[in-house]
Amino acid sequence: MTSEAIIQSLASGLLMGLIYGLVAAGLALIFGLMDVVNFAHGEFLMTSMYAAFGLFLAFALDPLASAPFVAAAMFVFGAVIYLGLVRFAMSASANAGMVQIFATFGLAIVMRGLAQLLFTPDYRSIPHSWLGGKTLHVGGIFLPAPQLAGAFVSLAAFGALWLVINKTDFGRALEATREDAGAVALVGIDKKRIFALGWGLGGALVGLAGAVLATFFYIYPDVGASFALVAYVTVALGGFGSVFGAFAAGILVGVVEAGTAFILPASLKYLGIYALYLIVVVVRPRGLFGSL
Amino acid sequence: MAASSHESARRSNLFLAVIVVALAACLPFVVKDVYLQNVLVLTLMYAALSQSWNILSGYCGQISLGHALYFGIGAYATLLLFTKFGVLPWFGMIAGGGVAAVVAAAVGYPCFRLKGHYFVIATIVIAEAGLLLMLNWDWAGAAMGIEVPVRGDSWAKFQFARSKLPYFYFALGLAFVAWLVTWKIEDSRWGYWWRAVKDNAEAAESLGVVVFRSKMAAAAVSAFLTAVGGGFYAQFVSYIDPESVMSFQFSLLMALPAVLGGIGTLWGPAVGAAILIPITEVTRSYAGGTGKGFDLIVYGLLVMGIALGRPEGIVGAFTARKRAKAS
Repeated sequence: MTSEAIIQSLASGLLMGLIYGLVAAGLALIFGLMDVVNFAHGEFLMTSMYAAFGLFLAFALDPLASAPFVAAAMFVFGAVIYLGLVRFAMSASANAGMVQIFATFGLAIVMRGLAQLLFTPDYRSIPHSWLGGKTLHVGGIFLPAPQLAGAFVSLAAFGALWLVINKTDFGRALEATREDAGAVALVGIDKKRIFALGWGLGGALVGLAGAVLATFFYIYPDVGASFALVAYVTVALGGFGSVFGAFAAGILVGVVEAGTAFILPASLKYLGIYALYLIVVVVRPRGLFGSL
Repeated sequence: MAASSHESARRSNLFLAVIVVALAACLPFVVKDVYLQNVLVLTLMYAALSQSWNILSGYCGQISLGHALYFGIGAYATLLLFTKFGVLPWFGMIAGGGVAAVVAAAVGYPCFRLKGHYFVIATIVIAEAGLLLMLNWDWAGAAMGIEVPVRGDSWAKFQFARSKLPYFYFALGLAFVAWLVTWKIEDSRWGYWWRAVKDNAEAAESLGVVVFRSKMAAAAVSAFLTAVGGGFYAQFVSYIDPESVMSFQFSLLMALPAVLGGIGTLWGPAVGAAILIPITEVTRSYAGGTGKGFDLIVYGLLVMGIALGRPEGIVGAFTARKRAKAS
């Protein structure tokens, strides 16, 4: 076990971790805003990947070029899901928590069914993407170019998100709604509009993640499931609802996954993440960066 | 509510259950088609599983989406004990139930301190970790799974190649036992404690309810019954692998009948299973064979419709109306 191999594994973990952070960002944003866990988050990701795949087939657009379009489409999709489904789940007369869980689970199953219907259960991939198969060789370690690009997209997205949340009126309204959804109505903020925009923004973030993943990962109807579980773990670790907590937790998750794959057989790499989740929430039941 | 009317309501519930079981026992004389008998067996099995899930998640309010773990433990314990040590499935199912109850307590010990979504995700994560371990455990067949060795039809070895009827009656018995356990618990000290924990754990604790031990007991009972169901399923399908008994879809399938019928109600899981399982099985065989995903779409729409349209469940809506009329 050489130090070079350890650094290599750390570097791949870091890149993947940044992408995990991006995958989880939308989930964290929505949770923080309105206390709803979107159990169809993995299927949002799957849809984004197919969208990137479709744009590639139709216009030969590389996923990195089509990412803004995918994000825009997913913004609309997220807002529509809020207005058409989640809004009603939130106003359920009984068992509201349970209703949210099963309404979004139902949505996830429908989306998977639609993906099978439209694209068959086959595994797809985008051949000859700009960066596919290329690696960057830096000081004895190899960095796969698609993951590197994904990590940069993630950094850029979190940077933009920070600006939106801290420097715009919308961001301030978002923060205010998140702190006290009841009180914002008194100062003339339309809560429903903020929620819809929040779902849109969450959709756009997962759209970016999907486009990034489409450059190097297989695309199939169930692809969202394993990423979703990692995203839930990431969001919980970060402290539910803390977007930048999810960013840090994503990096941690990526590094732990790479570390586990280093010690145990690769097929057990998720065990490390699961163990990390259990240890953190048991020792600190509010996640790493969550507040009480 | 006066004690006597409470007692008579409980007695009429028991009476009703005996009648329902007696009528159900006659079903195979009417339904002779093997495929439909298969659907009946699955319906009864999910009624039993959902009733077990309901004990922890409905009555005690600890929403578990990881019951596939206990189902898988039951299935694997039954088949491993039989194939490796020649232990008859009857004892295997009980042993599986025991292991599952211990695992549930071990899992519960750290996890019952978690609240809300943290707890739900912990149950999913632990079940997925169990699935990963089974996929990599060579002695237990790893991803290849294990098969029930064919030893001819026998009650002792609980395998029947020629007829579905023995499975049907076992599943009916299991569903009735799970119902009876719930019925018994409803009126016991534990039952009141669990509902108190569900409604408001802090208030319950201040009134002297041992919250933590209540949750542990609910988890153990729930896991035991679920594992017996898993052992039954393994014998029924006679071949298991990790994906076919421990995947997340089982956790969801165990919860849904209770959600449809009414969470935390005595009759909810049975009513929900009687509606949901035939619909999903029939759509799966007519629309799913082509692999086109129609069955998933129907199923998903059903789940969404149930959640949005009947948040208190069918039984819950019925009792709410009765209560409103009484007052």
